[in-house]
Parts: sequence; C-alpha cells; structure tokens
Amino acid sequence: MKPLLEVTPDGLYCAQGDFYVDPWCPVERAVITHAHSDHARPGSKRYLTSAPGVGVLRARMGSDACIEAVAHEDTLDIGGVRVSLHPAGHILGSAQVRLEHAGEVWVVSGDYKIERDRTSEAFEPIRCHTFVTESTFGLPIYRWRPQPEVFSQINSWWRGNQTAGKASVVFAYSLGKAQRLIAGVDPSIGPIFCHGAVQKMNEVYRESGVPLPATLYAGDAERGYDWSRALIVAPPSCNGSIWMRKFHPASTAFASGWMRVRGTRRRRSLDRGFALSDHADWPGLLGAIEATGAQQVLVTHGYRAPLVKWLGEHGLEARTLETRFENEEETD
Amino acid sequence: MKLFADLYTALDETTKTSLKTEALTTYFAAAPPADAVWAIHFLIGRRPKRLIETRKLVEWAIAEAGVPPWLFDESYQAVGDLAETISLLLPDPQYSTDLPLHYWVEERLLPLARWEDDRRRESLVSAWREMNDSQRFVWNKLITGAFRVGVSQSLVVRALAQVSGVAAPVISHRLMGDWQPSPEFYTRLIARESEDADVSRPYPFFLAYPIEGSVDQLGDISEWQIEWKWDGIRSQLVRRNWRTFIWSRGEELVTERFPELEALGALLPEGTVIDGEILPWRGGHPLPFAQMQRRIGRKVLGPKILADVPVVILAYDLLEWNGRDIREQPIEERRAKLAALTDSTRDSGRLILSPVVTPASWEDLTALRRESRDRKVEGFMLKRHGSPYRVGRRRGDWWKWKIEPFSIDAVLLYAQPGSGRRASLFTDYTFGVWDGDKLVPFAKAYSGLTDDEIRKVDAFVRRNTIEKFGPVRSVKPELVFELAFEGIQRSPRHRSGIAVRFPRIARWREDKPAAEADSLETIRALLPPG
Repeated sequence: MKPLLEVTPDGLYCAQGDFYVDPWCPVERAVITHAHSDHARPGSKRYLTSAPGVGVLRARMGSDACIEAVAHEDTLDIGGVRVSLHPAGHILGSAQVRLEHAGEVWVVSGDYKIERDRTSEAFEPIRCHTFVTESTFGLPIYRWRPQPEVFSQINSWWRGNQTAGKASVVFAYSLGKAQRLIAGVDPSIGPIFCHGAVQKMNEVYRESGVPLPATLYAGDAERGYDWSRALIVAPPSCNGSIWMRKFHPASTAFASGWMRVRGTRRRRSLDRGFALSDHADWPGLLGAIEATGAQQVLVTHGYRAPLVKWLGEHGLEARTLETRFENEEETD
Repeated sequence: MKLFADLYTALDETTKTSLKTEALTTYFAAAPPADAVWAIHFLIGRRPKRLIETRKLVEWAIAEAGVPPWLFDESYQAVGDLAETISLLLPDPQYSTDLPLHYWVEERLLPLARWEDDRRRESLVSAWREMNDSQRFVWNKLITGAFRVGVSQSLVVRALAQVSGVAAPVISHRLMGDWQPSPEFYTRLIARESEDADVSRPYPFFLAYPIEGSVDQLGDISEWQIEWKWDGIRSQLVRRNWRTFIWSRGEELVTERFPELEALGALLPEGTVIDGEILPWRGGHPLPFAQMQRRIGRKVLGPKILADVPVVILAYDLLEWNGRDIREQPIEERRAKLAALTDSTRDSGRLILSPVVTPASWEDLTALRRESRDRKVEGFMLKRHGSPYRVGRRRGDWWKWKIEPFSIDAVLLYAQPGSGRRASLFTDYTFGVWDGDKLVPFAKAYSGLTDDEIRKVDAFVRRNTIEKFGPVRSVKPELVFELAFEGIQRSPRHRSGIAVRFPRIARWREDKPAAEADSLETIRALLPPG
C-alpha cells in the first residue's frame, strides 16, 4: 500500500488527499502543525491550522494568507482522507496531524512537549499505525527538571539581580517560549519588559484567550530608566546587540533545553542558562511513542540516528525521514 | 559537598572576577577548616594521582544509567565531557547528602586508589545515588582528575586574604611548598600571627612613571644616577632564616622557577633583600625575552632548559641589609652596600650590579639612548641622588625614559566583542599588513582608542561585516590604525612570521586609505639581525 505521507521536494505530501503537512515550499494546500518558521512557511494558497492557532499563524503569515481553522474535536475529509488536529503541547495552537485512509492511521507530531503549561493545550496521545515524531532532544542526557523547579531558579536569579542592582535579561524564542516564560515567572517580583518581537506575540496570545501577566514594551521606557528591578524578555538574536546596551549593568540568561549541557551554556557566554524546553525530553519522546501504539515510527529533525537505533532495538520499525525542519538552538 | 558544589557552580557561572571573589569569600567564611583546605587544594590545581581507570568508571556508569554503550558514546559526543555525560545520564538521586567535602575526599575519593574493584564500584554507585546533578558533576571531575574551574591561585589568595585579614603575600607564601591538606594547615594559613609571617615577605616595589616633557628639565645631570632599563622579570630576592624566596612584581612566589637563583641566595648574608631584574643571560648579554618565555612556560625545568636559558639577577637596589630595612637610606649608600654583595658573590656569575652610565650632558645621554635597541635594553632609569626607596608608583625621584616604540600602519581585519564593560562593543581587533596584494594578520590590539572612537569603530564593524566566525567578524579592510609595539621577533607560530611585544593602538589614521598601510617587508626590516 502506498504510504500516507512521502517526502517530496516541496515537503511532506499526502497523495491520497493531495495536501502537504508543514511544506517547505509554497503549495496549494498546507496543513500546519504550528506557526514556527521551520514548519509554517509563507506563500502557500491555503493553510489549515487548529482553531487556537489561527491568531499566531496569522501573525506569522500576514493578513492576506488564507487560513482555515479546524477545532480539535472536528474531523475534515480532504480528498477521502480523514484529517483531524490534536494538541501537541509545543506552543499555542500546536497540533499533531492525524490522517486516516482505508483503515490506516498516521500521526505527524510536529514539535511536541509532554509537560503541561498554561500557554498551550495539553499534549494528547493518539493511537496510530505510523507515528512521525520529532527528535530534537533525542538523547538520554536530555531530561527536564520539573517546571516549578526551573521557574523557581529563574525567580531567584531575578531577585538576586535586583539585590545586586542589575537588570535581568532573559533570552527566549519570541513565539512560544517567551510567553510560557512570562506566564511562569512570579510577576510580583518586578516589572516585565519585552522586546518588540516578543511583545507582538504576547498580544496575539492574549487575543487568543491566553492570560499573561502585564508586560511592557522595552522601547517605551523613558531615557535613563532604572532597569535594575526589571525582567526583560528578548529573542536570542539580541544577545550582544546594540539594543542590549541600555540595560547595563545586566545579568543575561537563556531559557532553552539546550542549556542542559554546560558547554552550550558556556559557549554563549551568558551568566545563566535555564533548561526550559518546549520539546519532549528523552523519557518524554519514548513515552509518547509508546502511547501511540505505532508499529512504524518515522523520525524527523533532531538526534534522529540514536532514536531510530533505540526504537529498532526495542522492536519497532523505525527509520529517519529527511525533512527540512530545523533544530537551531535559537528555536528552543 | 553541597557547599563546594555550590561554589563550583557559582564560579562556573560567571566570568567576572568580582563575582568569583565574592563566591570564594562566601565559601571560605562558611566552610569548616577541614573542608576549606581541600577546596583550596583542588581550586589551585592540585589533584590526586590517577584513582581509577576511565574504562571502569564508564562501565559502571553505563550499568547504573541503564543505557546501552553505543548510546553512552552518542551522548558523550553530544556533551564533549566525560564527567558531565555521566552525571547527565545517571538516574535522579534516591537520597541527598549532607556529608562534608573532607568526608567525600578522605573516605571515598582517595581510597579508590587502593580498593578492589568490587568495593570501588559499590562506593561509587552509592555516591552517585546520593548526589544531585551539580554534586555528581564535581565528584566525577575529582575522580577523573579533570577538576578545573576558572580561578587563578591569586584569586583564591585574594579571597583568603579578605576573609582572614592576613595580607595576600603572606597567604601566598604559606601556600607554597609541600603542605598537607589538614585542618591544622588551614588554621595556620589564615592565622594573623605566625612564626613564618615575616620570613618571606617582600617589600612593596618602587615603580617609576615615564618621564614627562624633556629630560633637560630634570636639572643638572650630575644629580641623577642613570641605569639602563632592562626588560626581564622585576623581582625581589629575599634571604632570611637561611631560606631564599624570589618574588615577582605580581607578588607571586617564583623561587621554584629559578633554582640557580635560589642557590645564589645561599651565598648571601642572613637578612638580605635585593631588588633586581631576572634576565636570561649569556656571555655578558641578555638573551631575547622569548627565551625567557620558553623557560617560564615549562612545568618541569629539565637540565637542558636550565643550560639553554641561564638566568641572572641584574641588581638594582638593596632594601634589607643585615636584617635591617634600609629603604630610607640614600640611594648611594644602598648601592655601595649592594656593590659589596655583588663583589662577594662574583664567582657565582648570577648576581650582577646594574651598571650606571655617566654621560657629561643630557645631549650625550640622548645620543647614548639611541644604542638602546642594540644593547637589548628599553632605555634608561633615572634615579635622583639622595633618594630613598619609596613605595608604589611615585613621581619625582625615579623616572623611566623608554625608547620610542616601533610603529607601523595596519588595517583592521577582524573584530570581536570585548568583555565586561565592553561586552556588547567590538573592541578586540586583529590587524593586517600587506604581503604583496594580500593582507595578512599581523597583531592583535585591545586598547588605545577613546570611548568615542571605539563606538565609531563598533558601528563600522556592524555595517561592514563580511563573515561571522562565532563571535569574531571579518570586516571590509578599510580602517587604518597606527600600531605601536615594543619588540619584534621572528615567529614560526604566527602567519605573518613575526611576533611583536605589547602591541597597542597609537592612533586612528583616518587620513590613510588601506592601500597605504605598511607591508610585511617594511616590518621585516625592523627585525634584529640573525
């Protein structure tokens, strides 16, 4: 039987329904797992996304893009393929795509996270025959500490900086991680300022019904503002930029799963690294794969080879899928 | 162990000296002597001999982590550090430990060397089960003998001095030699009064400012004692209690680096302190300073390097004589006593009285100064007759009159951000000179521009970046700077084939296009013959 999805030059293609999942080139019809730029690219004629994700996808694709929403409980028929979207827990509106055709069920995970947080819908395990999984943190060295522990580290770093008279600048990917961070810290400690890119996404989250503590646009502060009590949330690309100068003296930190490893922390010459990830850790990946009951597992972006080998040793048919999704440190 | 792991984390998290010192003082203020002494032991880079074979450690870690060996290897490749890989792979601890560092070191770490494998394994695994991530990491580093953290010995000394109120040179001295990491040692280390407190202590160095204006404004030349300015390691040789101590100007005890000078000390009378310059020396002339650097770089001083690069002390001054501090005596009297000492030890060939020059006029001195480079000196030291030996850098009695530095025009090729206050500015530059129609990197320089100029160069770098290599950017070769430097030598390790000493930016040549910068050929012409 022909597989439900194949890698083509334009992206992951479902021939039976004539549509793509997260295509990397402009196509007629794109089903989108989530709005990060390596999964949602501009130029396609029609986009399908989960209802909670419309706002963020719109913000990324522009007001002209043709975006259709499907509620999590609904199923669409696209060319005879039953398509439904299920929460992936990665960012607001992130979804796993479930495809069913002639009794065969495939699920494309997109990026996913098992831990619950207030800014995205909780990951939902879906039974399937074939599971297409990410493997960003597909090594057993990646095991996340419980979120309350990480946030308590962040809070005490922030308080410590206040005592030392320093601004607290934390770098976090502007869509998803930044909002999760803002929702997770203790806003009673001090004011939260955001870089424009982050502030824009905060608004989209709020408009989509996700409550966030009050945040201020860093550009609005008057000249000579005393930043020493503030938490400033900025995208990682700001590190070392001219924009950073006004916060001096500042302590800098990065919130990312990559910060689990000391070398990655040190290479960035930041004061602190907080291992807070929007991806599944190693136990998370293994647990999620097992819960699908899938016999066939196709592994995309990340530490593909180790995960494939591990799954093979544990009796699954696993192989890698060469996609163009990325695993930059910037995006976690 | 918890306190020590916290200290490690705090030191590891920052590159700022002030924060490191703070972390160290906090630790030493809280740690009991039995722990503090081990912390010092590890922080200053002492480590136990190999305790266990890496292969066995990995085998036991793999079993405890429950991962197949190939996955351990994959993980190790991603992490790049064995101790860390193990600590990241082990399951979460089942207990927690409040046991102190000295227990872990004395009862669990050091015995590994003599235990049988079964007992080693049992002990290691139970240690892992009690420790959290950061404790395990430090523990594994201690076991693998790879414990290293970014603090220098002098930083540890500074922190101990702050905590104890004992002067840093005293702490520094007490840390020398072959001490045992016992609580008693620690107590002696930070004790305010101690028998040995004054035995080694050097005097604060008297340092000179560069001459301001022209020399003839210094009055009659006959009022000055004039010596050549040598380029070596300014030092004090201390002989007291039948022991010799050699201190560098950075208040570092370097006795062990110069065994021949330690031997020289034995020829000196009890209670002698000499201020001088340690120089690599042969046949009445200094060897190039690079030879000295070669020697300083050695961990172990073998007979070959001692024979290749012999050192002497060019004696400038006598600070203590017959156990008496004579710094207030006039310089002529001190020098007379010093001359007697150098005479009495002449046969050793290690102690040479710094020669004085006696030109009739400032004009003659100026002419003589032109010979400086050929004589392998940096110019003159001018010391007023009748002057005492003062403390620190002072104007008036002593001046240095250095030769003009070399200078060339070079093109900015690479820039990278500085640290600290300059962290978000491109302040560290690499400059190139022409080699045919190509620019080759020639020297790095970090200072010399005003804040305003730095901002302008920073803006240029950001707008004219060609490529990024990590933090380093290559830029369009347009900006020309005049670089000054003190010495120049051939160097196979540099792409240009040339190494310069103390390069810095003299000024920004905004008037010069890159094409008019100097060439490698021009610079080669500055090389000393040979």
